[in-house]
Amino acid sequence: MLTESLVLSGVLFSIGVAGVMIRRNAIILFMCIELMLNAVNLAFIALAQQIGIEGHVFVFFVMTVAAAEAAVGLAIIISIFRLFETVDIRNFNLLRW
Amino acid sequence: MTEFIWWVFAALAIGGAAGMVGGRNPVASLLSLVLTLFSLGVLFVLMQAHFIGVIQIIVYAGAIMVLFLFVIMLLNLGHDYRTDIRNVGWITVGSVLAGFMFWLIARTFLEFEELAVSGPGVLPEAAAEEHGVVGAIAMTLFDEYVVGFELVALLLLAAIIGAMLLAKRRV
Repeated sequence: MLTESLVLSGVLFSIGVAGVMIRRNAIILFMCIELMLNAVNLAFIALAQQIGIEGHVFVFFVMTVAAAEAAVGLAIIISIFRLFETVDIRNFNLLRW
Repeated sequence: MTEFIWWVFAALAIGGAAGMVGGRNPVASLLSLVLTLFSLGVLFVLMQAHFIGVIQIIVYAGAIMVLFLFVIMLLNLGHDYRTDIRNVGWITVGSVLAGFMFWLIARTFLEFEELAVSGPGVLPEAAAEEHGVVGAIAMTLFDEYVVGFELVALLLLAAIIGAMLLAKRRV
């Protein structure tokens, strides 16, 4: 199952990358980032079967950081929505140029 | 039988991810992502990570996704059926980039035995037999990685305060 799991992890990560590139809705971009974090978790768990239980501990850390990132990111999105009345990232050009 | 279940949930995970990227309605996208996360939780259980699998379903597919759903419904984006997929140029660039990323990942994983910095440690199955499923992770977490654990606690505190300040204030 190891090779298949690693391939699945790569596929999910690539779908996440493609999603970040082709969508414009800020919330969906966040969901794609969560998907990429989960693909990494899958690789950790798959490799932990061969390398050791430390992989599980790192998945635990990744989940905590993902929760913190989701909380702060969604707060930023709410804050931006109040200003622009939209979550389309084409409108967020305050720091662009 | 295990192998069959593995393949079913791997297919569900990929289907959910594709549905999330392709879906028009944010709520539908989010529910597809929940399907993916649930399938990954099942895969974790199949790979001897029972505790992480349960945490994945309770915390990720439960709590974090409810936070996303809450924000989507708070901002009333559920009725937004206008497509937000970029034009063909962006899709081409995105697909090429994703394919390149997949190639890089596959190359790295294929030679992972050379990349392993430390030899085999305590394997999950052996640790679970000795300390129990939760105890196996707890022994490692509170023994070797206790500094990281404390730092993560600080990070969560900072995130709580930061999220409250950001959402309250007008920019």
